[in-house]
Amino acid sequence: MIAETGLAALWFAAMLAGLQLLLGVLALRRKDVAGEQAVAAIGPVAIVQGALVAIAMAALIAVFLNTDLSVKLVAENSHSAKPWIYKFAGAWGNHEGSMLLWVTILGAGGALVAWKERTLDRPTHVATLAAQGAIALGFYAFLLFASNPFTRLNPAPIEGQGLNPLLQDPGLAFHPPTLYAGYVGLSVAFSFAVGALVTGQVGPAFARAMRPWVLGAWVLLTIGITAGSYWAYYELGWGGWWFWDPVENASLMPWLAATALLHSVNVLAARDGLRAWTVMLAVVAFSMSMIGTFLVRSGILTSVHAFAVDPRRGAFILALLGLYIGGALALFGARIGQVRAGRSFAFVSREGGLVVNNLLLSVILGIVLIGTLYPLVAAGFGVRLSVGPPFFHAAAGPIALALVAVMAVGPSLRWRQDQAEAVLIGMLWPLVAAAGTFALMLTLTGGMDVLPLLGLSFGVGLIVASVLPITRRNWRRTPLPIWGMVVAHAGLGVSMVGMACDSAFTAERLVALYPGEATIVGPWRVQLDRIYPNVGPNWSALAAKLTASRDGAAETLRPQQRYFTDPPTTTSESAIATHWDGQLYTVLGQQDAATGRWQLRLWWKPFVTLIWAGGGLIALGGALALFGRWFKGWQRRRYEALWG
Amino acid sequence: MRRWLIWVPLAAFAVLFVVVASGLMRPSDTTVHSTLVDKPLPEFRLDPMVPGKPGLASGDFGKGRPRLLNVFASWCIPCIAEAPQLMALKARGVEIDAIAIHDKGPAIADFLRRNGDPYAAIGDDARSRVQMALGSSGVPETFLIDARGRIVRQYIGDIRADQVDRIVRDVAAAR
Repeated sequence: MIAETGLAALWFAAMLAGLQLLLGVLALRRKDVAGEQAVAAIGPVAIVQGALVAIAMAALIAVFLNTDLSVKLVAENSHSAKPWIYKFAGAWGNHEGSMLLWVTILGAGGALVAWKERTLDRPTHVATLAAQGAIALGFYAFLLFASNPFTRLNPAPIEGQGLNPLLQDPGLAFHPPTLYAGYVGLSVAFSFAVGALVTGQVGPAFARAMRPWVLGAWVLLTIGITAGSYWAYYELGWGGWWFWDPVENASLMPWLAATALLHSVNVLAARDGLRAWTVMLAVVAFSMSMIGTFLVRSGILTSVHAFAVDPRRGAFILALLGLYIGGALALFGARIGQVRAGRSFAFVSREGGLVVNNLLLSVILGIVLIGTLYPLVAAGFGVRLSVGPPFFHAAAGPIALALVAVMAVGPSLRWRQDQAEAVLIGMLWPLVAAAGTFALMLTLTGGMDVLPLLGLSFGVGLIVASVLPITRRNWRRTPLPIWGMVVAHAGLGVSMVGMACDSAFTAERLVALYPGEATIVGPWRVQLDRIYPNVGPNWSALAAKLTASRDGAAETLRPQQRYFTDPPTTTSESAIATHWDGQLYTVLGQQDAATGRWQLRLWWKPFVTLIWAGGGLIALGGALALFGRWFKGWQRRRYEALWG
Repeated sequence: MRRWLIWVPLAAFAVLFVVVASGLMRPSDTTVHSTLVDKPLPEFRLDPMVPGKPGLASGDFGKGRPRLLNVFASWCIPCIAEAPQLMALKARGVEIDAIAIHDKGPAIADFLRRNGDPYAAIGDDARSRVQMALGSSGVPETFLIDARGRIVRQYIGDIRADQVDRIVRDVAAAR
């Protein structure tokens, strides 16, 4: 019964999405009573649609929590012996459920726009809701016709097939929803852009209305990517934190576009410049989210994230992509000529810096897109190839360094026009810091690879440059968005320092030991004390007790080899000791059949945690800016309510 | 802004759409004829990649028996897909050597432990020099070197299950 309720809610939500689109068209076409009624109705329709799809998602979670094995999706992806948290999160640990989560967040986004958005002019608001309805309609159709999560099985099996053990981690409960909220949050920016193209109202007011949505989506996307990177780092047991896997790239591409959008929307809001470019980026950002969804869900590229390989589903999503992205870009071509050009500015100015930042981000986006799709293009010639990390590092690395240089200078530039010499003098301290790091590393290490060396120097320079804008200000009077910028920019510098340290200074050791033997990795002495069996709720394991010691202090680590029975799989659970100056990362391997020794992989990764700490700072910066703008708006509204 | 510039994004998207759509519908065919076919193997000498397994030099080929030369990397996902077919070829008596591209010893050792080790020798080609000389543009790729040390075939992309029989025949023909 619960499954049928969910399916019915999904159908009603789809119909309301269609109604939302029709009402929008009617409201924009007709200026009579019917048009006015349509304007009045579209908001409530969007809110009810959001509520209905949330009911469908809740129903799916309920059948997973009950382990209702007569539902095909549950039988194929769950198991009665699983801990409840994985039953709960398992609802989206599969193709159909993750698509339902996707449209649920889409519906929630539309409902929020209908309910909370007050700054946008009425026609653009209506057009935005109509666009949001149109997007939702297509993805409802995809769910109902090609990926129904509520299909029943008759007869029901006695037991489910279980969830991929790699996904049986608390990370599954938080990572996909956060990332999806970020992806789909960008759909709101996309709908704003389409709405503004329909009505032609592209200006500072439009930018101010769109900004919180972009900021919010960007913050969630940043958190999702950072958390996903850490999850892959400790769960996969390979010691790496970014693999240039197609699905990772699929989350990075919208982030790059959203980062560019975030900056250009500020230019539009503050200076009324970059009108066409901002609209374009809003379209591109969500297009990248949809392309990402397509890449993952069609199984067209080989990836650790892919669920089901089904070309029919691929064709369906591709048709939706053609419709929405093609439609939006065609609308852009047809209507942008009617949007008046914004204000102009000199090259050496805050706007100029932001334009360069945007261009560099776009180039990196293009490189990642080409690298991701290269296997597909090669496949067009009958070949399966993958370009791998060497391509991405060589191609995107130097541009990322240029981007960091612009980031260091940008915030010190004035709007409209600035003096190049004055800017250079202002950059004295960051330059000193970067050059000092460069020289220090060169003398200390003898020979470092070029990219990590430059990455480390630029990262330190960026941290120093980022705090410059607040050194001459009264801190208590500095607006929160400025603090946000400082924190986010410094966060990127911190993250770069972490990446450079990880790639340059990591000590790695692969050894086979008898219990009682010890080995050295970096500054650590690691001893294998013993191997012992261990059991969990739905797994059994062999664990190693390791004693790691450095400078007289010792601690215990317990990496495991876990054996899951449903489905039968082995995973290695790494054990990680975190210290202020890095992480000791240990993985237990197989027993050598001939000698009886145990394989151990050990890494000492100096300052690797800075990668994710930096990611957290970037997200915090965005959140500060968002909160600051919301708080100011709230204060103004309260003032107006009190004093009229 | 120039009028035509406005339409560039749509045109770019149309190209992308066609590429992806053709990717979805494509029938698979992996025979590519390289310009290096029927030429002698270029000269090279590569260090060993993992302990206990020799490195690779061009002189190891052409000693009266045909050999496969597999270009691979531990970071390459199609290489994992290809591994069972290479093991099957080895089981049927085909001798296989490898060149590892942009890689590190421990990563390769780990790859071999996970996916099986069909190789007699693995050469360390950290900067892709030999890969370039071979005219190989990506990984995985496999060359068939005949008994006299000449390249007779190039298999681009991962070797799939339905190719194994044909490759065994190709190897037999290259004696």
